[in-house]
Amino acid sequence: MAIATAAPPIDVVRTADGTPLKARLRQTERVRNTAAFGLILPLLAFTLVFFFFPIFSMLVQSFENKEIPANFPRAIVALKSWGGQGLPGEDAYAALAYDLKHGYDNKTVPRAAVRLNYEIAQFRSMVLASARKAANLQTGPYKEAMIGIDARWGEREYWAVLKRNSSTVTDHYFLNALDLERNVDQEIVKKAEDRRIYISVLFRTFWISLFVTILCLLLGYPVAYLLATQPARISNLLMIFVLLPFWTSLLVRTVAWVVLLQQQGLLNDLMIALGLIKERVLLVFNRPGLLIAMTHVLLPFMILPIYSVMKGIDPQYMRAAKSLGASPALAFATIYIPLTFPGIGAGVLLVFILAIGYYITPELVGGGGDQMISHFIAIYTSELVNWGQGSALAVILLAAVLALYAIYARFFKLSQI
Amino acid sequence: MPKESDSIVQFIKVQKSYDGETFAVKSLDLEMHRGEFLTLLGPSGSGKTTCLLMLAGFEMATHGEIILNGQSINNVPAHKRNIGMVFQNYALFPHKTVEGNIAYPLMCRRVPKQEIKERVKKALEMVRLAGYENRLPRQLSGGQQQRVAIARALVFNPQLVLMDEPLGALDRQLREQMQYEIRRLHENLGVSVVYVTHDQGESLIMSDRIAVLNLGIIEQLASPTELYDKPENAFVAQFIGENNKYIGEVVSVNGGACQVRLPNGDMVQALAVNIGPVGSKTTLSMRPESIVITPTDGRCQNVYESKVLELIFHGDHLRARLKVCGNEEFIVKVPKKALGAQSLAVGATVRVGWTVEDCRALDAPAA
Repeated sequence: MAIATAAPPIDVVRTADGTPLKARLRQTERVRNTAAFGLILPLLAFTLVFFFFPIFSMLVQSFENKEIPANFPRAIVALKSWGGQGLPGEDAYAALAYDLKHGYDNKTVPRAAVRLNYEIAQFRSMVLASARKAANLQTGPYKEAMIGIDARWGEREYWAVLKRNSSTVTDHYFLNALDLERNVDQEIVKKAEDRRIYISVLFRTFWISLFVTILCLLLGYPVAYLLATQPARISNLLMIFVLLPFWTSLLVRTVAWVVLLQQQGLLNDLMIALGLIKERVLLVFNRPGLLIAMTHVLLPFMILPIYSVMKGIDPQYMRAAKSLGASPALAFATIYIPLTFPGIGAGVLLVFILAIGYYITPELVGGGGDQMISHFIAIYTSELVNWGQGSALAVILLAAVLALYAIYARFFKLSQI
Repeated sequence: MPKESDSIVQFIKVQKSYDGETFAVKSLDLEMHRGEFLTLLGPSGSGKTTCLLMLAGFEMATHGEIILNGQSINNVPAHKRNIGMVFQNYALFPHKTVEGNIAYPLMCRRVPKQEIKERVKKALEMVRLAGYENRLPRQLSGGQQQRVAIARALVFNPQLVLMDEPLGALDRQLREQMQYEIRRLHENLGVSVVYVTHDQGESLIMSDRIAVLNLGIIEQLASPTELYDKPENAFVAQFIGENNKYIGEVVSVNGGACQVRLPNGDMVQALAVNIGPVGSKTTLSMRPESIVITPTDGRCQNVYESKVLELIFHGDHLRARLKVCGNEEFIVKVPKKALGAQSLAVGATVRVGWTVEDCRALDAPAA
């Protein structure tokens, strides 16, 4: 044993000065890694502060539920023992009256009232009025007093909302974004038909994006092929035409489409002059106009990735296919197109992801029935100031994008060339 | 002379220009026999690849006619020519497996699935890659990729196979191995092969006949032995094998032999192969291995004093650089055995000689 401890382990490789090789290697690499980290540090800090932090807070907002627990602490405690059947007991009413009074003095009632209003219409005015009146309540029994202030406090539905929001976390926004809600018995149910909006908006967003993507692919693929196969002089010129839209503001391009497509616009003038149509047609502020404008705006994002892949395809492959007996059409279908799959995948992914998040173009050239999910996110964040709901919709959009990317990454890692 | 049915490919006065100003192929007449291994050999820009591309159908002849199997194929598109082709960079389809690649020509010909499977299997066995069916090209080594490419070009039993510098991208050892393998396949299958290379050593090993191309014309078309032993012009002599050369003036012609005066005044007896009238310039060419050191009297008609400038040991032979008749780059290959007891030393003076037959008087270099 003494010998075993005295002899150094044989398997440690050492450098000339006796330091273990591994330690030395780590040391050398640490210096290099630190230098590399120093180079990306500014960008990392920038992204953390202006990108990851907002996204994180958006995620939090979509399920955060501060307002109600903050204003109704006692009522929430009192409701713990309430099973949800019939009306809660006197202690819950007393706690409610106290919380309303207290909240009225501390001015926390309005925010909680707004939040409650998301769940039942008119809840806000009911709470505000009740708080004002409850401030004058001195003694019980509070149950009668509260029902006297507003008869709705005698309805189970309103208490169910308070109980459901006793936690600081809520699924309300996500359920709402999927046209679901919790009923008085706290079960998740579909909303009444006339109050369902978002599922159809999600589907509409998906279909418009899919349609635009397919249109971009059909229009972009031949152009990319031309760009990749023409001599440099011609392809450079073509490339400028493809890139030209990039150098113009999106807003300008979109408005230009309004000018072109409107009823008194240039396209209508042209078609009348050519005798193609007799009556002027509305090509903007509706679905066709939206599809035209979005396809035009997104086309370069389809052409460029496909072009870059095509540029790298050795013309030898097509020659080989022909020498082996494939007609030009067969060679194109069985060799060339499969070789461009990575480009098609990248272009489709890019255009689709950009399309499902599109906002300005649908806003300007789409009609009321063409608004996509971003429109609703914008309305919730800037007009209705319901950030929770806006965030939940945004999270759903983000999840859709990430899911698409995951599918793409999985599919194209396998067939990467 | 081969009979008409014996020839598989004919180039008749074929010319090709890409830019309308210069000829890539100046004037090509060539007849290839069925089952032959024919090599187009030449430096880059000699037009050899252009010839191959015209034969494959990727380039159109500007003038002249190309005949395959007795029929003009000038207007037959590439995919209908039934010619297999092996490309320099293999051109294996990267998205298809080995099996998919080899099955491709059969798929184009609508061969039944079961038969495709069998023929692919056979083709892979032929190139000794059985069991590699499901690999992708990028999972194979360069040599394996090339063998797949060969299997793919042969699997549909084409009447003719074209190979465009197929071994250029391989390292030396693998290249030599593949040379024998291609040669063996050619012999076993009896298929006609047109092989393009710029490597003269490779062409000598593999070919039945070699067409040496330069600047768009065929300089000489002959078997490897004939090409090596009896080059007909200075370009071929220079391009194939090693060569000692002099430029001199024809002094007299006497039947098959001639007398040539070298720039330093020495007179040389040479074989008149390709010379002009008396007084014209000529290139003398002799192989380093045909030079005799200290010749016994009467054996060589040309004997000169020389000085040893450099000796390089090559294992089985010795290369000596000598100064002979004013030429300081005169190389002699001496087999170790032939050297025997006598030894060469740098700075020593030795007598060297060569026969009339080994000294070929060829055309003058272009001015």
